[in-house]
Amino acid sequence: MSNYLFYGITLILLILSFYKDKKKTIKALKKAWKAFNNILPELLGIIILVGFMLAILNPSVISKIIGDSSGWLGVLLSSVIGAITLIPGFVAFPTAALLLENGAGYMQIGAFVSSLMMVGVITIPVEIKVFSKKITILRNVLAFIFSFIVAYAIGKVAGGI
Amino acid sequence: MKLLLKRYRFFIGAMIGIGLLTIFNFDLGIKSLSISGYSLKEMILVIPPVFILLGLLDIWVPREIMMKYMGEDSGLKGILISIALGSAAAGPLYGAFPIATVFMKKGVKFSNILIFIGAWSTTKVPMFLFELSALGSKFAITRLLIDIPGIIIIAYIMGALISKDEIKKLYEKAESL
Repeated sequence: MSNYLFYGITLILLILSFYKDKKKTIKALKKAWKAFNNILPELLGIIILVGFMLAILNPSVISKIIGDSSGWLGVLLSSVIGAITLIPGFVAFPTAALLLENGAGYMQIGAFVSSLMMVGVITIPVEIKVFSKKITILRNVLAFIFSFIVAYAIGKVAGGI
Repeated sequence: MKLLLKRYRFFIGAMIGIGLLTIFNFDLGIKSLSISGYSLKEMILVIPPVFILLGLLDIWVPREIMMKYMGEDSGLKGILISIALGSAAAGPLYGAFPIATVFMKKGVKFSNILIFIGAWSTTKVPMFLFELSALGSKFAITRLLIDIPGIIIIAYIMGALISKDEIKKLYEKAESL
């Protein structure tokens, strides 16, 4: 749904831009292509790695590792799993719900979701290209630490620990 | 040709790895390739608007305007706009990085760029709605309420740990991209 909206807005702006100034629009499209082409090699490599990781890590494997009684070790493991995987949101949330049903704890799932969204070990090559190595590592480390705070809060509110 | 090989060495390496895996464990190899195919399809669907918007932003929005709303002296207004822009986005986090480059070119404050990246990664509105329905309101709302201050605090910690010189270099690099 939101994808259509996004496409619609982009298309309207593009038509508007084309109507106003053809040359500038072509220049904008050239810039778009250049930016895309710049990260394409990393992106393709990432997609191959993601396929491999998701093939190994299925919900039953993950729930075993991060069960309700796994405590902070389970939180740590789920943060690590979240950090190294890259799953689109519309797959991730149902997966997280499935994990909860299969016996994973709220705290652990909180950590998993948070680090999944904010930490991207696999996308580090793309991030370094835009930022520097230091900034990329710093951002990911801070986001990783932050997932523990999220885990604690989710565990308190949703899991009632 | 040589340059092409060098640029794609990560991808080629990954493909060779999967190829070897498929030889040793056919099912796992095919499974991972089919998931990659699925991700590729998703990428092709989501990516074009992100980059077209990036191009249009680069060409049409003047630096002065971006600086006024998100630059060094934009204060709270800049923070709120950064969160709103990141949250309104669609697509995976790797789409946000090229936009960050354009922001640098337009003189957006570094901490606001980081807030934008943070918001894009975790407070996207469509994703929040999805989270709400899949994991329940307690889970989704708690996470959102912690994420917003969290994103801002992370941005400021990073701003404090990274020297002005480094940021300046980064902005100069963005000019050439």
